[in-house]
Amino acid sequence: MNILEKERKLRELAAKIEELDNPEMIRSLKDEMEKYKKSAMTNLTAWDRVLLARHQQRPTSRDFIDYIFDDFYELHGDHLYRDDLSILGGIAMLNGRAVTVVAQQKGKNLDENLERNFAMPHPEGYRKALRLMKQAEKFNRPIITFIDTPGAYPGLGAEERGQGEAIARNLLEMSGFTVPIIAVIIGEGGSGGALALGVANKVLMLENAIYSILSPEGYASILWKDSSLASKAAEVMKLTSYDLEEFGIIDRIVAEPIGGAHFDPELTYEYTKVAIVEELDALRHMSNIDLRDARIKKYRDMGFFQRFNYENLGGVKR
Amino acid sequence: MNDLVKAFEQRKQERAKHVDRPRRNYNRDSNIDVPKGLYEKCSNCAEPVNMKQIAQEQFVCKHCGEHFKMRAIDRINITVDPGSFIEKGLGYITLNPLFQDGYDEKIKQYQEKTDLDEAYIYGYCKIKGNPCVIGVMDSYFLMGSMGSVVGEKVTRSFEYAIYKKLPIIIFTASGGARMQEGIFSLMQMAKTSAAVLKHSDQGHLYISVLTHPTTGGVTASFASIADITLAEPGALIGFAGPRVIEQTIKQTLPEGFQRSEFLQDKGFVDRVVERKDLRDTLAKLLVMHRRYPL
Repeated sequence: MNILEKERKLRELAAKIEELDNPEMIRSLKDEMEKYKKSAMTNLTAWDRVLLARHQQRPTSRDFIDYIFDDFYELHGDHLYRDDLSILGGIAMLNGRAVTVVAQQKGKNLDENLERNFAMPHPEGYRKALRLMKQAEKFNRPIITFIDTPGAYPGLGAEERGQGEAIARNLLEMSGFTVPIIAVIIGEGGSGGALALGVANKVLMLENAIYSILSPEGYASILWKDSSLASKAAEVMKLTSYDLEEFGIIDRIVAEPIGGAHFDPELTYEYTKVAIVEELDALRHMSNIDLRDARIKKYRDMGFFQRFNYENLGGVKR
Repeated sequence: MNDLVKAFEQRKQERAKHVDRPRRNYNRDSNIDVPKGLYEKCSNCAEPVNMKQIAQEQFVCKHCGEHFKMRAIDRINITVDPGSFIEKGLGYITLNPLFQDGYDEKIKQYQEKTDLDEAYIYGYCKIKGNPCVIGVMDSYFLMGSMGSVVGEKVTRSFEYAIYKKLPIIIFTASGGARMQEGIFSLMQMAKTSAAVLKHSDQGHLYISVLTHPTTGGVTASFASIADITLAEPGALIGFAGPRVIEQTIKQTLPEGFQRSEFLQDKGFVDRVVERKDLRDTLAKLLVMHRRYPL
């Protein structure tokens, strides 16, 4: 039974309790429900987390932004081609300090999702993000990005306008910025499309978010030629926040309420806000050049391999 | 993490047995993946191609000018001055960070088949007397995919170029990031892009030559952010693979989509250069960017 089925069962139970009118019974049943929730919705499998990360009711970037920042002023367009709505960006105030916010925005329903292209940005979206981040660099504002995308959009127009170049340019420029960058992965972190906003001094990740090189479905269909094995792929791919923290890919896990962020959105926003403020404060003492060098060094050290020390082995025979 | 460290040590000992592999002969003719017959049909025009002479003809079809895939060593042989190539960055060992079934065996198999340690080799060379760093990806090694070792070697090649104050030329041929290494492969995109930035900040030249095929994570990192981007005719270059796009938009793609000429049209490639002119072009560009004119 996966997490969505458990959740449905829980909601049915709650609806049934509502119909009762014996307060004693209601209390005892509610206690029981909480107990069930605690036992069933902790120790999630990787596939459960994938489902939660993609959950229809999961809070989107806009919800986080509206709660965390005092004032968010949205800015549009890449000033080159068009405004890509799958990327949301602007200037905001965080505890009296101006910051630049760039986020990937999913929709809440089908109409919104069509407008936002399911948070799959086109190249112009990445160029918009880059434009805003360059602005942040100019005015020495910290950059905060929210990552929530299945991946960069694979389509005709996107290729024509250089999807690869747009992502690569973002990676290059983001490693060179001299302002603090904090990335928060709030839902799906899909492949290069997510990394293009994710080169940061500190990468935070919500407990039930995922971050991977491609979707579990894609992984299963490429390596095992069967996309129905996605749940198995999710286990193998090590895409949960706990795995990634162990690997040193992310820096901090932001806790979520039991059952996922949508069970208590406000609490999730509050945890996220605290994490962002703490991490920003920790970076405050660093000079601009140090911030840049630390970021480059952080990514320089990533990778898992071994190199022979040939001298110890008596030299190279070549 | 303890599991990883244990496995790491185990692999280290295992691989130590293979360390004295025979000397690699850079001047040998290609024999990998070339079909056994003397004549084979060209994949484009179906005319017979003499397989014995194909190395002399720079792996180009005489009849239609189709540019065939090349091994990294052949690429170096036709590009650099004879005897000037010195390989750097040896001795990297690919590990299996996610414990994928069959990945170790696959790597071993490809290493035996291609006589390479990984899908990328780099080193010092001269092109018509101009010193530079050359890096070549080999698409015969697991589709030239970028895992931790390839990412590290690409980064090292840039660092070597910074250290020696030299321009760098990279021939890309890759299917993208390596799925088997998961998130570690993805991080190589950020790592290599940062290396390009460091090299560029020092004022050195970076030329990337896109060859067939260059897709995925390699296109979206160091391949597309060069000072000068060249491409070979007819090479497939793009971020998403054609099959993925077809599935997304539910229609067949137009002829020539994502080919080098298309990219030059759209403004993402400086020039499409035929293979026979490539060496001259590179030499010319290197001379033009010489820091201290003779």
